[in-house]
Amino acid sequence: MKKTVISVKNLVKKFGSFTANDNLNFEVYEGEIFGFLGANGAGKTTALRILSGLSSPTSGEVIVAGYNAKKDPEKIKKNIGYMCQKFSLYSDLTIRENIMLYGGIYGMPKTLIIKRTEDLLDKLSFHEYSDRLIADLPLGLKQKLAFSVAVFHEPKIVFLDEPTGGVDPITRRQFWEMIYETANRGITVFVTTHYMDEAEYCNRVSIMSEGKIVAIDTPAKLKEQYGAKTVEEVFIKIARPDNRPHPLPSPSRLSGRGGNWVGIE
Amino acid sequence: MKRFLGFVKKEFLHIFRDFRTLIILFGIPTAQILIFGFVVSTDIKDAGVAFLDLSKDEISQKLSDKICSSGFFKRTEDLFNYNDINKILKRGKIKAVIIFEKNFGRNLISENKATLSIIADGSEPNTATLITNYITAIVADFNRELVNTSGAGAMLVQPEVRMFYNPGLKSHFMFVPGVITLILILICALMTSVTITREKEFGTMEVLLVSPLRPVQIILGKVMPYFLLSFINVILILLLSWFVFGLPVKGSLVLLLAESMLYILMSLSLGILISTVSSTMQQAIFISMIGMMLPTILLSGFIFPIENMPKIYDWVSSILPPRYFVVIIKNIMIKGTGFLYVWKETLILMVFTAVFIGLSVRNFKIRLE
Amino acid sequence: MRTRLYLIRKEFIKIFRNKFIGRAIFGVPIIQMLILVPAVTFEIKNINLCIIDKDMSSESRELISQLEGSTFFKIKYFTFSETEANDLLHSNKCNLILQIPSDFGKDIVTGRPGRLLVSANAINAATAQLSWAYLNGVIRDYNMNILVKNVGTQASASIPQIQITNRYWYNEMLNYKYYMLPGILGILVTAIGFLLAGLNLVREKEIGTIEQINVTPIRKYHFIIAKMVPFLLIGLVDLALGLVLGKLAFNIPFEGSIALLFLCSAIFMVAVLGLALFISTFSSSQQQFMFVAFFFMIIFILMSGVFTPLESMPLWAQKIDVINPLAYLMRINRMVMLKGSTIHDIARDIYSLIVIAIVFTTFAVSRYRKTA
Repeated sequence: MKKTVISVKNLVKKFGSFTANDNLNFEVYEGEIFGFLGANGAGKTTALRILSGLSSPTSGEVIVAGYNAKKDPEKIKKNIGYMCQKFSLYSDLTIRENIMLYGGIYGMPKTLIIKRTEDLLDKLSFHEYSDRLIADLPLGLKQKLAFSVAVFHEPKIVFLDEPTGGVDPITRRQFWEMIYETANRGITVFVTTHYMDEAEYCNRVSIMSEGKIVAIDTPAKLKEQYGAKTVEEVFIKIARPDNRPHPLPSPSRLSGRGGNWVGIE
Repeated sequence: MKRFLGFVKKEFLHIFRDFRTLIILFGIPTAQILIFGFVVSTDIKDAGVAFLDLSKDEISQKLSDKICSSGFFKRTEDLFNYNDINKILKRGKIKAVIIFEKNFGRNLISENKATLSIIADGSEPNTATLITNYITAIVADFNRELVNTSGAGAMLVQPEVRMFYNPGLKSHFMFVPGVITLILILICALMTSVTITREKEFGTMEVLLVSPLRPVQIILGKVMPYFLLSFINVILILLLSWFVFGLPVKGSLVLLLAESMLYILMSLSLGILISTVSSTMQQAIFISMIGMMLPTILLSGFIFPIENMPKIYDWVSSILPPRYFVVIIKNIMIKGTGFLYVWKETLILMVFTAVFIGLSVRNFKIRLE
Repeated sequence: MRTRLYLIRKEFIKIFRNKFIGRAIFGVPIIQMLILVPAVTFEIKNINLCIIDKDMSSESRELISQLEGSTFFKIKYFTFSETEANDLLHSNKCNLILQIPSDFGKDIVTGRPGRLLVSANAINAATAQLSWAYLNGVIRDYNMNILVKNVGTQASASIPQIQITNRYWYNEMLNYKYYMLPGILGILVTAIGFLLAGLNLVREKEIGTIEQINVTPIRKYHFIIAKMVPFLLIGLVDLALGLVLGKLAFNIPFEGSIALLFLCSAIFMVAVLGLALFISTFSSSQQQFMFVAFFFMIIFILMSGVFTPLESMPLWAQKIDVINPLAYLMRINRMVMLKGSTIHDIARDIYSLIVIAIVFTTFAVSRYRKTA
């Protein structure tokens, strides 16, 4: 039996009258790579922030690493790593200084920090950059570094929010190698993305649309179920709002736009 | 031109959308005017004094009552021996101790001479000076009464004083021009330098620079809203000073507004100059706030007259534009003089504006290359 | 404890990595202090006087020569035209006009009171009043002289007179530098800490680095303390530098305990930084913070008693002032440095400062949300 590390039941998050997460239910198992797919604005980041204790759910039960996200967000934070969508290490610190800082915050002993820093710099062949300000690094290196910092303290789960946005294909590939390696160490990887080819690399994926989870399974099974060749096709079939029955614009809106309006294809 | 107007509109929206910024933009001047007008005063009132009356006779009582009924002083404590003086002054509530010598009244009657001593707390020199001046004046008045009753003759020379421009001796006659001067330069320089530096810091400046807008248009577009807002600020402060403090503009309002525009322009160009030398907003704020606030308050002659400062400060303060605007605004607003009295200062402000713009253009070009 | 040290270390690196801020943080206050302190004075000298002597008698000349002898006045202009004199006043060339009417001498000789007309530029009411008081003093002396002359020295002793002797304790010569230095230094240290600490936190929000911090198990108060400590230390170093230079340049006296002064300043800094961080938790951009900070700073400075006496403020304003940390600091600084007040004398002020510091810091910690 696989061990559950994230369990979400009836999660609802509202901002005023807007429902960002509408009754989400899913589980994530230990050591898997779980892909969280959806168009921009589908509610992925909101859910991710709740899971990592940055935001509090409006209702529902969220258990991460054995702790309730509403009651004990700080205990969750001890057991997870997190990589923001927007690069958010300190760009006016050097690589070494950033690693030191986060290692220190997670309470790692200094000797361990130093040792792991060297290992990391070796692995990424970052030695030449180690004392340079992060601001001067190219984006690809920044993202790799942000990921490495997120797992530096060996958390149980790491959350990655659009980790490969704007990165060249080669770096993306290297990045996924790093993810695999992390998963092999037993760290659960929870990753959001809108690159559908990346979804193929995940053990299981869920697809979100307009605040709801509309599909959840392994990539293979999803493709089978929807009769598609790629996850991208699956996604287009079920997740794109304009592929589902669309409410017709009312006649008044049509006339309001004048004669130039040509309608939806 | 159409593109440019669109850009200006965007900048306006940017400012007006943030309601908090607007409130603060107009709230600060309003609050400052009110504080200066109603709260802060350079005069003394109800200053705490202690009496050490070693005589306790009729005359000493009468004189101390006279001192306390003047409204300047409040009898806060009575002492009984010299050793208490130090103790009580150290606690800071009492600003001066007034001592009547032993046999004060008897000495005055029998020897025609009695001594009153004032020990004032010199750690606040201004208050100390005012206190001794006021007490001296009160005692002189008391002396005159004594002379009159003793029949030795009236006061021989009677001066009559006219307080020009400000017969009520109100301190806001000085503060209103000062606040306008201070607020305009700080807000204008701060606003411009920070908005431009922000674009630099967050990299959005590059986006603007590759747009078909010319750099001059970008800067103008950023500065224009603040020009308008500051101008509204001037009108707001003038209205406040008129309706709340009864301080109308005595001279030509048109001239005053025109001079204010020049001063705003000068401050905005100073802001642009600051933005060309700052790489982060923190730096811009540091220069335009910490760097400029105190020198403007202290060296522009708005609270502290420059002629009382050591000679060298006449030179030092001559590089501060606010100094000239204080003169201009005081002349037009309070004295009601015309352009003839302020043309020199106006010219100097124009030169400052030109220099600031020239330096900014130079720095900007260097950066682009 | 270790976590805090890591965070504090980070803040220090970040501050000093910006070359401009790293230097300005010490340079600007010191330079401003050295320049501004000698300039700021309420002391009045060189009151420019314009005299209209329509009398030209020996009596009027006597009065004029007494004015010449006074250190306060500088007789800049003699004229017979009132229009010219008014014009001089208009164009700021003189501050006071003394007009001696044509029958001044005759009146005095015949025992009638002589009249004098004084016109003062009163836009700066305080200066005008003080100048007038000094002029009045000269006229009083002049009166006394005439009295003595009229009745003879012997008889003048029979006029009852109260004499005044005054002494200024703690600052015998009324040196304004002693008074201004602690004040100006206090303002500069406040401004730097207040602005930089607040901007620092808002900036982390603006560029998003705070997100990465919030997702760690770090304690809220650790984070706030780490934001405070660097600026607290910088403030104290600024203060120390300022005092040492003040001693060297202006020979500022240190009557009281320096340790006490630093203790109070440290408590004060905590209060100010707490407020700054509290405000920054509300602000979404550095501009917004800056305006709120500017607003508070100006009010704090104006109502601190640095430039104007606190006692002359209306009672309600004095009541509001109990939450103004700068007002306490100004009072404490002057009392400790110039009067040598002990911890006993300023106990109440210290307690109040401690309460303010605790309240503001608690506000900041509780308003800072790691979880939205």
